[in-house]
Formats: sequence, C-alpha cells, structure tokens
Amino acid sequence: MTDKKRRPVFSLLLAGLLVLMALALAACGDSEPRTADQASGSDTSEAATSDTGGESTTGELSASLDGAGATFPEPLYLEWIGEYTNTVQPGVSINYQGIGSGGGIEQFTQQTVDFGASDAPMKDEELQAAQEAWGAEIFHIPTVFGAVSLAYNLEGVDSLQLTPEVLAGIFLGEITNWNAPAIAAANEGTELPDQAIQVVHRSDSSGTTNIFTGYMAQISDTWDSQVGAGKTVEWPVGVGGQGNDGVAAVIQQQSGSIGYVELSYALESGLPVASLQNAAGNFIEPTLDSTAAAAEGVEFPADLRFSVSNSDSPQAYPIVGATWILVASSGYEPDAAAALRDFLTWSLTEGDALARDLNYAPVPQNLEDLALQKVDAITG
Amino acid sequence: MQSQAKPLGDIAGGIAPVPIENRKGVGRRADSLFSVVAALSGSLVLLILAFMVLSTTNTALPIFRAEGISFVTSSDWHPANGDYGILAFIYGTLVTSAIALVIAVPISLGIAIYLVEVAPRWIKGPITYLVDLLAAVPSVVYGLWGVFVLLPLFLQPAAELLSSVLGFIPIFAGPPSGLSYFGAGVVLAVMIVPIISALSREIIQTVPDDDRYAAYALGATRWEMIRGAVLPRGRAGIVGAVMLGLGRALGETIAVALLVGSATTINTSVVRPGYSMAAVIANQFQEASGDHIKALVAVGVVLFAITIIVNIGARLIVWRMAD
Amino acid sequence: MNLEINSSRPSARRLWTNRVATAGMAVAVALALIPVGLILYYITKNGLAAMSWGFLTEPTPFTFRRPGGGFLNGLIGTAIMVALATAASVPLGILAAIYLEEYGKRGWLAQLVRFFSDVMTGVPSVFVGLFVYTAFVLPFGFGAIMGAGALAIIMLPIVIRSAEEMLKLVPLELKHASFALGASKSQTVLRVVLPSALPGITTGVLLAVARAAGETAPLILTALGSLKVTTALIGEPISALPLLIFDGARNPFAAGQERAWAGALELLALVLIFTLLARIVAARSKISR
Repeated sequence: MTDKKRRPVFSLLLAGLLVLMALALAACGDSEPRTADQASGSDTSEAATSDTGGESTTGELSASLDGAGATFPEPLYLEWIGEYTNTVQPGVSINYQGIGSGGGIEQFTQQTVDFGASDAPMKDEELQAAQEAWGAEIFHIPTVFGAVSLAYNLEGVDSLQLTPEVLAGIFLGEITNWNAPAIAAANEGTELPDQAIQVVHRSDSSGTTNIFTGYMAQISDTWDSQVGAGKTVEWPVGVGGQGNDGVAAVIQQQSGSIGYVELSYALESGLPVASLQNAAGNFIEPTLDSTAAAAEGVEFPADLRFSVSNSDSPQAYPIVGATWILVASSGYEPDAAAALRDFLTWSLTEGDALARDLNYAPVPQNLEDLALQKVDAITG
Repeated sequence: MQSQAKPLGDIAGGIAPVPIENRKGVGRRADSLFSVVAALSGSLVLLILAFMVLSTTNTALPIFRAEGISFVTSSDWHPANGDYGILAFIYGTLVTSAIALVIAVPISLGIAIYLVEVAPRWIKGPITYLVDLLAAVPSVVYGLWGVFVLLPLFLQPAAELLSSVLGFIPIFAGPPSGLSYFGAGVVLAVMIVPIISALSREIIQTVPDDDRYAAYALGATRWEMIRGAVLPRGRAGIVGAVMLGLGRALGETIAVALLVGSATTINTSVVRPGYSMAAVIANQFQEASGDHIKALVAVGVVLFAITIIVNIGARLIVWRMAD
Repeated sequence: MNLEINSSRPSARRLWTNRVATAGMAVAVALALIPVGLILYYITKNGLAAMSWGFLTEPTPFTFRRPGGGFLNGLIGTAIMVALATAASVPLGILAAIYLEEYGKRGWLAQLVRFFSDVMTGVPSVFVGLFVYTAFVLPFGFGAIMGAGALAIIMLPIVIRSAEEMLKLVPLELKHASFALGASKSQTVLRVVLPSALPGITTGVLLAVARAAGETAPLILTALGSLKVTTALIGEPISALPLLIFDGARNPFAAGQERAWAGALELLALVLIFTLLARIVAARSKISR
C-alpha cells in the first residue's frame, strides 16, 4: 500500500470525529428534550431585520412573516404571496404552510406563526385561548369565498347531479353503488355504471371538512345526529386523504370515487364536479358566480365570524364557505405589523383578480370595508 | 474497557509484537488510545439505542400517562378533541404486514430454492441481480409507482375481484378499494421479497451437499429431496429470514402511507381502507402540534417496541443458526 | 418425509409433484420479476417524459400547480445530508468494526455491540426520525444537520457489520508480517489491515449511501422540506429528493406529478449508480466474497 492510499483513511476518520464532536457539543448544549409545544417548522421570525426602521406603511417594507393553516385557500395564498413578495414588496418574505385549519389555529395560538388561516371561524374557547396567549384582540379577516365541490372519478360520466338526500346517502354509506335508483332519478339521461362508490374524505383536521359537514348537518337530520359537524368527524365510510390536494389526488387515482374538495383543486386537477340542488331547488354547478351569489346580501356580524352555508339565493351553490386569516391586534414587531397590514390590504383589494383566476370569489364590498377596518387596527 | 486487555494479548500472544525499536513509547500510548477510541465507537451503537428509547419515551410520557392503557386498546383517534387511541393503527400495521407475508413468503422461498437447487448456472446471476434490484428501490419510489401504476393496473381490479368472488367472507367484504390494507400489503410484499429470498438463499446454500446426495441415493425426486433434506435443515434460518422481512414490513412508512387509504377506523375487510402506525406518523406530522405531536411520538414508541421484539427474536434465531 | 427405497424410478405421481413444484418455483421467480420490470419501465418512461435540463438545474416553483422548475432544492439537500451522514457514520462505523474484529473479538461487549448493530438495522427509519426530532429538532429546529444525523444513525449499523465482515477476510499472515516488522497494533490496523480491506468496506459504504439517499420518513421529521434552495446546515428547513417525490405523489396537479416522476427517475438513477458502483468495487476487490 502506498502513502496515497493511507491518507484518505486518516482524514476521513478525523473528519468523522470532528462532525461527531460537533454533534455531541450541540447535544450537550441542550440535552433536555423540551415539550413539543416549541416544535413546528417556523422559527420565530417576528424580530425582522430592518433597515428602514420606523413605522411607515408605505415605501420599502422589510420583514419576514410566517403563516400556517388552511389548505382550502392555499393555492391562492401562495400565488398572492408570490406576487406580493416578488413585485410589490421585495423586502418582505412570507412563508405559508398549508397544514390544515386545526393546525393553523393551534400554531397561531402558540405564537409559532405570525398569522393563522382557517376555513372555520374560531370557536369561543379557541378565541379566548388565543387572546390570552397574545395578550391582544384576535381579528378574523375574511379573505375570499370558496365553494366546496364534489369531485368524482367515474368513467364515461362527465355530468352528475346530486340532491342533498342522495349526497347524504352516499356519505352515510347507505347508497353504495353508482347505479342506485336514487342517483339515477336525479340524473335522467345519464348512463351510470354498476360500480361501487368510493367515498373520499379528509383525514386531517380541516376547515373544508367543517364547511362540508356543516352543510351536511343542515340538510340531513341523520347526519346531524350520527356524524355531526366539525373539523374532524367520525366518517361512516370512505378513504382518507391528507389535505385538499391529498383528497383530489386520491379521487384521481381511485376510479368510482367521489369526495369533497375546494373548487380550484378539482378544476386544476381536471376532475369533473357534481351539480348540487340548492335550497331553492335548482341544480347549481360550483362556479365563481354561484360561489359569489352565496355571499351577496348577507348581514355580517361585527366580529366577522359567520357562515354562508346552504344559501337561500336561487343561483347560489349551497356549499360555500369563507376563509379567514387570523391576526392579533398587537404583539408584533413594528416592521412585521406594517408588512402584515400592507400584505392583507393588498390581498383584499389588488388580489381580487388573482382570486378570480383561481375560482375563489373575492369578498363583497361591504365585507371588504369591514375587513380593512380590522387590518388597519393591527399595530406593533 | 476491561475486555481490552485480554484480546490484545490474544492476538499478540503467538507473535509477540515487541517493538524492535521502541519509539520512546509513542507507539504504546497511541495503541491504547486507539483501542479506547475504537471501543467507544463500538459502544456508540448501544448509547444511541438507549438514547433513542429514552428521548422518545420521555417526550411521549404525558400521552402515555393521560391515556393509560386505552392508548393501545381504544381506536378513537381525534387529535382535535385530545383523543389518542391507536388500536386501529396497530391493527393496520399487523394486517398489512400479515398480508405482505402471506404473499411474499411463498414467492421468496420459491425464488431461493429455485436459485440454489434448480436454476441453470447462467440464469442465476441475472435473476439474483434483478431481485436484489427490488431491495435497492427507495420506498417513496414504490409509493409513487404504487398509486399511479399498480393501483389502476392491479390493486383496484384485484380488490374488486376478491370482494365479488369472496365477498361473503367478512374479511373480503366490499365495497372494495384498491387503497386498502390489501393494496398496502401487496406493495409491502414486493418490498420484502428481496430480503426474505436473499437470506433464505444463503441459508439453503449452507445445507451440506452430502444431505442432498443422501436423499437422492434413497431415490428421492428433486422436490422430495428439497422437502426432506433441505427445508428441515434450514427451517430455523428461514423462520429468522421471514421475521426480518416482517420487521421491515412493520416499520415501512412511505409506501404504506400512500396506499393504505388513511382511514382512522378499524375495518374488518382487507379490501377496505385503514391506517398503519408508521403511516400515521408520516402523514400527520407536518400538520401536528402540541399534544398531537407527542401522541405521534408515542405511536412511534409502540411501533419501536413491536419491531424490536420481532427483530430480536429474528436475530436470535439467525445467530443461533450461524453459531 | 418418508422415502421408499424400493424402486429406482419414482412413481408417476411423484414425478408429477416434482414437476408441479418446479413450475411453482418458476412462477415465483416470474412474480418477483414482474414488479421489477413494471417499476423500471414506468419510472423510466414517465420520468424521461418529464425530465429536462431545467428540471435538474432549477428549484421547485412556489406552488405545485405551476409547471416548470425542478428538484434542484431536493438534489442539493440530499447531497448535503447524505455527505454529512457519510462523513459521520463511515469513520465511526469502521472504528467500531475494528473494535469488534481486532479488540473486542468474542467478548461480551463486542457480542452485545454486534447483536444490537444487527437489531438496529431493523429499527424503523421513521422511529430514528422521531428520535432525532425529540432529541435535537425540538431544541434546535429543523435543518440539514438533523436530517444528516438521522441518516447517519441509519447508515451506522450497515457500515459496522459490512466493515467487520471485510476485516475478517484480511489474511492473518499480513498482520503477522506487520508485527514482525515492529509495527504496533494501531499501526498494523490502520496501515495494513484497513487498506487491504478498503475495497470491501467501500462496497458496504456505497450500499449504505444508496440506502440513505432513498430514505424519506426520517427526513420528514428532521429536514422537514423546503421549496427554497439552501445550503444552510442548521436553523432552516431543507429539502431532499425523496421528500419532494412524496409531496408530488400526494398532489393532484399534473405539473406536480410530472416533477415527481422525473424526481423518481433522478433518485432511482442515483441509488442504482451507487449500488452498481458497490458491485463493481466488490467484483474488482480480491478479498470480497
């Protein structure tokens, strides 16, 4: 063996020991395993680096914001963030993780993120917990309305109509085959195959689930008593998927399946969506217009926690929900507060076009005004 | 460190490595330093294992305390309400692994016996290489391939066939789904075939040729020779190989997460969706926080306990064989 | 099994059983080869369809639905973490193997280490991830070092056991010659035994690297994943090829799925290259099995 062959062994050994020592030192620094509360991917980045200083809401902003929560509006939020941080305020960086509404509320309450996102308004006790944690008022900022569509994967069928009764029957496991008479009755002229129905639902804690099960509980007493409404429920039947994207992926993969996903996920992934009979008796396809119709002419409460499910409006799609960004009235670094205000204002006003592109309905003018009042009240 | 002294003397014993020139004792000191470093590196495995158990159990402790025995006897898993019962996941882990074994064991043994006893020399190499290739494929690639290729191509039709032919038996009752215990089990089977077949092959190779000749001399056909002479000799080792395959199946995460159907309830039918312990950790970790994370760590501790028992059992069997 | 010694020719029934059993084995081989073919075919076909220069050199776009971009963020993350894990686990694994083979021998500690190294190869990788998460990520946050730590723990027992096997094969005469020349034990081990076992050890290391590069579950819990290209070792989540493929397999957007296939091809190619290298090294080294 020559000298050359010996050296790498030695240096390799040395390098490895150094890495190990570094690891060991790091371990000794804090070997006490902390509780998982301090978990979560996002570091506290409230202390943003700042060159501008002061508290201006115009001009160059510099801050980094972390948000987490609903996957329902995630495609839109990511586009908004991309557009805003690339073209409007390059000094601001925003990180959004779609982890589900339940997780969003929890992380926001634990202050591991600067803003949460949820498709279900916080419950009173959740609100109270968050207000205590932040030591501030918590605002619900409605950003857009979205439709929860029933996407399906059924060969040879590209239009499907469902009544509330049939929908409840399918998700309760009472209707198990696509050729069931109840489905056929609502779909005259459509050839429905003899194929088992595969229900797909969310497996994580989800605001989309809350909107969907909330509607189900409104239209079916059996559902109300047996399953109920919430971000997670005990599903009578079905395959689970992680997130809106996970559910859409499962529907895509599994023939004979039907599941509920936010409309843009269904359209983007090329899945057909069912028309649903609304409270006025019309079969309505989920579209931008039928989503917006559900939000028109609604009287909104002062805290902006509301529901527009199963609207009476004749052209409204029945399963429509708002989605909220959760922020605290104070408790931010001044730069972060300024960036948050600016980003939310921009989203609510300039962001409308992007929202429509992705089939989310922007909030109506009366609600936008109320929301902007809250946004303006965010302080450092 | 006491154990050092003896072996050192051992190896030197016959040769007596008395240094011709004693470089002022540097060699000696370097020697003992080196042996200590080596021993420490060896012991590191034990330290890491111990630290693993301590750290995870410590984090999971509040959940074990709060849930008590119902953590493993209840199947209520509702993180939003603080209910953590993992029976459905334990059940899913066991069922998917059992399905994998039912499929993989006959196939693996078939391959192993074929390669050692039957195959012509020229075909052994290529087959061995191709089967070993299966072991090199990362599990996430299995998962991707499983949901986009195997699901429509085989899993869904097979699940439908099973439930239409055998649906009267509760474990095959419909409505059938390809994303199910069955679907995950099939992909797991593909993943553990190379493990079980490679180990079984090595064990069958160790059966002495004399045993084979003896069986042939008695007029046995080849299959009779295999059944009468080879398999009984290798039985313990093959059981060990199967258990190692089982250990892998129990802990496999990503492929199962993508194929098991993510339903948090217990389904008696194998063609219905379910969950497994490893899959629930991988799927829910990113959205979890607070107690939910601790509960996932607790799931991991139970999974570790189950796999470690299977593994220790398997290793003891294999080791006894080797000695 | 009771064999009769009455005739030199087995009965027709027994011959038939023999044929059926042989056919059964052939079927078993075929059943195992079908997935091999299906995997290679589809990964290559779908992967090539989505593969491009841009895929190899650009990071993932900020939403999965956007077309274009690639897995550069994952490739860099995988490279960093696997390299760190190798740098940590290989020297330690080799030292441990030297201890087992040259010092510990059949002593109780050596046997214990040997046994638990074997057991450790069977510890679910997701559990290794949970361990690193509870012990290191909770206090220090997600990052490349954390992912590398988990991968190193997965690699360590593989390196130890394969290195020990190779050290065993070093001829005793070589050591004796070294001692006879007045070399000390550590000199003998480091300058004679180790270099001559190096090709075999390299094989084991390459296989361990291939295994680590494909691991997904432990990285979810330690590296977390990121759409940004980063080379930070600590304090910032980092991506890896398997993480991006996993995300792609769970998303409904055509662009995201295409990237996942291309990523799978990239990863499989990397893993197979390492596996192949391992075989070549093994075949060329004289003392390998």
